[in-house]
Amino acid sequence: MKILVTAKRVTDPNSKIVLRPDRQGIVTDNVDFKMNPFCEIAVEEALRLRDKTEDSEIVVVTVGDEETTKEIRTALAMGADRGIRVAADEKSLDSDVVARILMKLCEQEKPDLVLLGKQAIDGDNNQVAQLLAEYLGWPQATFAYKFELTEGNKGARVQREVDGGVETVSLTFPAVVTTDLRLNEPRYASLPGIMKAKKKPLTEVTPAELGVDMTLKVTTVAFEPPPGRTAGVKVKTVEELIEKLATEAKCI
Amino acid sequence: MSEIIVLAEQQAGKIVKATLHALTAARQLAQKTGATFDIVVAGQGIEGLGAQLNGYGAARVVILEHPALLNYTAQAYAQAFAAAASGAKFVIAATTAIAKDVLPRVAARLGAGMAADVLAITGEAGALIYKRPMWAGNVIAHVKINTPVHVLSVRPTEFALAEPTGTTSPVVVVKATVDEAKLRMTYVGLEAVESSRPALTDASVVVSGGRGLKEAANFKIVEKLADTLGAAVGASRAVVDAGWVPNDWQVGQTGKVVAPKLYIAVGISGAIQHLAGMKGSKTIVAINKDADAPIFQVADYGLVADLFSVMPELTEKLAARKG
Ligand SMILES: Cc1cc2nc3c(=O)[nH]c(=O)nc-3n(C[C@H](O)[C@H](O)[C@H](O)COP(=O)(O)OP(=O)(O)OC[C@H]3O[C@@H](n4cnc5c(N)ncnc54)[C@H](O)[C@@H]3O)c2cc1C
Ligand SMILES: Nc1ncnc2c1ncn2[C@@H]1O[C@H](COP(=O)(O)O)[C@@H](O)[C@H]1O
Repeated sequence: MKILVTAKRVTDPNSKIVLRPDRQGIVTDNVDFKMNPFCEIAVEEALRLRDKTEDSEIVVVTVGDEETTKEIRTALAMGADRGIRVAADEKSLDSDVVARILMKLCEQEKPDLVLLGKQAIDGDNNQVAQLLAEYLGWPQATFAYKFELTEGNKGARVQREVDGGVETVSLTFPAVVTTDLRLNEPRYASLPGIMKAKKKPLTEVTPAELGVDMTLKVTTVAFEPPPGRTAGVKVKTVEELIEKLATEAKCI
Repeated sequence: MSEIIVLAEQQAGKIVKATLHALTAARQLAQKTGATFDIVVAGQGIEGLGAQLNGYGAARVVILEHPALLNYTAQAYAQAFAAAASGAKFVIAATTAIAKDVLPRVAARLGAGMAADVLAITGEAGALIYKRPMWAGNVIAHVKINTPVHVLSVRPTEFALAEPTGTTSPVVVVKATVDEAKLRMTYVGLEAVESSRPALTDASVVVSGGRGLKEAANFKIVEKLADTLGAAVGASRAVVDAGWVPNDWQVGQTGKVVAPKLYIAVGISGAIQHLAGMKGSKTIVAINKDADAPIFQVADYGLVADLFSVMPELTEKLAARKG
């Protein structure tokens, strides 16, 4: 089985994100960057699937600048077999361009399964996988919470986190799946893993080489800070709380 | 057909409330562009559903019927919706799990750019700007869609519930366009979370619990207060991950976004990912024993206390007030 998995470089979910005073972007001092948490879960799931199947290969892909090579190396250190970086500046991308780049790679690599995160925690777009699946004409299961291969490894049964509960779908490969937080607990890269990763193949390609039209369908033209919310008051007792809710906030 | 298409969502033959919020966004767009809007809903055996969508000012209510649409699947619904929206300039749906799943596929089929989870629509026709959250709502982006067709999911809490206008909309039932040969996925089933409480996203009061409750069994402390107030129950991701409560209860960046009149956070620290789902609430109450917990930075009323000692008292006193 061949699995293509994506690893996007994003701001650390524990970093405090604020808009720069000039409103041109976010303050990056003291902000760490790492692999999108949902992508870590995708890499982990790929590794588990490889263990359950024979002759499986995991190809990890990122679309980004030189720095994003780190996320490929991290995925390789976790155990992925080889990496591909599609060289592009973050500013030249939107969800659609990324999806079309991935589509070209899928045409070349012919994976049985593409595993992506359900959303990148910087842009919060939640689109790339679904766009990719439609461009390829493939079935999809987003927000996966449990993933089981079906007989002969020809497809999967996926439990998905949806409004109102957990839904199960069954799909035949090739297919696109996105991960939710409960799917698994990603491993850390081990020291031997990190050493091995240095020797694993990592190729680089440009969107032009893939023949991808880089016209943006969506452009960000400005940023603004979110409406502020200031801390209120501390109450000392339950009685005081009820009194405030009844007479001040008038919400009970 | 109209230039604006609202994709309505139905669950077991009932239109979900989020759709009525999307109708407000459609009306705003209609006002800006001078266009009319149609409401499109898909399923099988839902001919009777038109009545629920009548009276909201739509030029038409279109009911798409097809055996392949009996249960929702991304591939079939994307085909049906995209075919029904062919020729439209705007395709809108409320941000729900289904919209997140299907709308990008519809956009791909229409060659359209999509703005996800739109908070506001500004600018003039021809130069519309969509405001949307990034980084768990810590930054609001203004985006422009460069394609002739715009696809939008809109955040229900940012658009009011549409009130009926009194007009009648003609209801048309059509056979949906679905190429079944292309479908490689099937719906197996739904493990539904049954509840007699109001839905999390509709409730005017939400009581949420976090890891401060220590163990699953203690979650009933939160549920008890919720039931006293006729409230919905929410949760932090930490307790969903721990398996204490269903995923359906999660509030936050990667869960549900709520904006009730009153939100009570019990034993929740207030990580940015949680705040992303509730900081639009009108009044926020936090109960946490750590005076420095970030939740207090957004709370209107903070009670620094051990939840195990104050929650029974709070529940009892509120019950007594209700009589
Ligand atoms: C990619 C990603 C996405 C995420 N998405 C979400 C999301 O959508 N929603 C979400 O909620 N989280 C999300 N998280 C998780 C988030 O970062 C936090 O880990 C989580 O919200 C913490 O949950 P908590 O507040 O219940 O637990 P904790 O942070 O452990 O807080 C428990 C709180 O309980 C208090 N407490 C303990 N005992 C008592 C007591 N006896 N009485 C009173 N107070 C007490 C403590 O002081 C503490 O503040 C996400 C994380 C990642 C990485
Ligand atoms: N630049 C990128 N490089 C690699 N993967 C990406 C990139 N952008 C998005 N993805 C993948 O697509 C998923 C959804 O992203 P998004 O639609 O942007 O929220 C992410 O979790 C990643 O797995």
